[in-house]
Amino acid sequence: MIPLQHFLVLSGVLFSLGIYGVLARRHAVLILMSVELMLQAVNINMIAFAVYFDPEAFVGLIFAIFIITIAAAEVGLALAIVLRIFRNRATANVDEVNIMKW
Amino acid sequence: MTIEEVIFYVLATGAGLGGVGVVLSRNVVYSALALILSLMSVAGIFILLSAEFLALVQILVYGGAVTIIILFAMMLTRVRDMPRAMNGPQWPLAAAVASVFMAVSTIAAVSSQWPGDTENPTVIPLRTLGDSLFRQWSVPFEVASLVLVVALIGAIVLAGREEGE
Repeated sequence: MIPLQHFLVLSGVLFSLGIYGVLARRHAVLILMSVELMLQAVNINMIAFAVYFDPEAFVGLIFAIFIITIAAAEVGLALAIVLRIFRNRATANVDEVNIMKW
Repeated sequence: MTIEEVIFYVLATGAGLGGVGVVLSRNVVYSALALILSLMSVAGIFILLSAEFLALVQILVYGGAVTIIILFAMMLTRVRDMPRAMNGPQWPLAAAVASVFMAVSTIAAVSSQWPGDTENPTVIPLRTLGDSLFRQWSVPFEVASLVLVVALIGAIVLAGREEGE
């Protein structure tokens, strides 16, 4: 079978790609897509640890289910906020939405 | 190299390339398509981890719902009319942070002494998972459904057209 470390390294790579996307992109929708990538990386880690180390209680699997649920809610809500900002400010660029910036 | 390892490397390449496409693509629609590739490859990884239920949920929720919502949001926010510079001036800093995180997490994953068997995963039957979800974890399950309802009503209120608009 595949050793656990393979999954952990894949998860780390996906998470760092997500970090780069969140920090570098300027459009709110693209930032959200990078956040989705990071959530995927977390899910891989959760499930890998559950099936390798914790097969009796498998808390990681349960957590992954709830993470997917909350991620779906988060995407819907965040895109609604982006649409509202776009309607008010005619931009979805996070650099230009600086009304609360110090 | 066993067949499982071949499948793993194919799926991992798909997930990685998809992720690179999401964060580097100049065309936002290609970004969304790369996200779909990455999410579906991760669903395959879930099957390799013997979590078939999670793989199905992944395909339904992400392949069906989330990417469609993202494409709709791209259409409604006219993301194609954006100026050519997709990345902010801070992108070298972002690349540095991401590289450092990747290096640290890789080293930590490979060099750690894991307490237990890191070679053989245990298959968790779907029946056991369902039993646990609806007995031991039933209260969090209900709270999650409440969170979904609240979030969706909030999304409708936020994005819906107001009177007099």
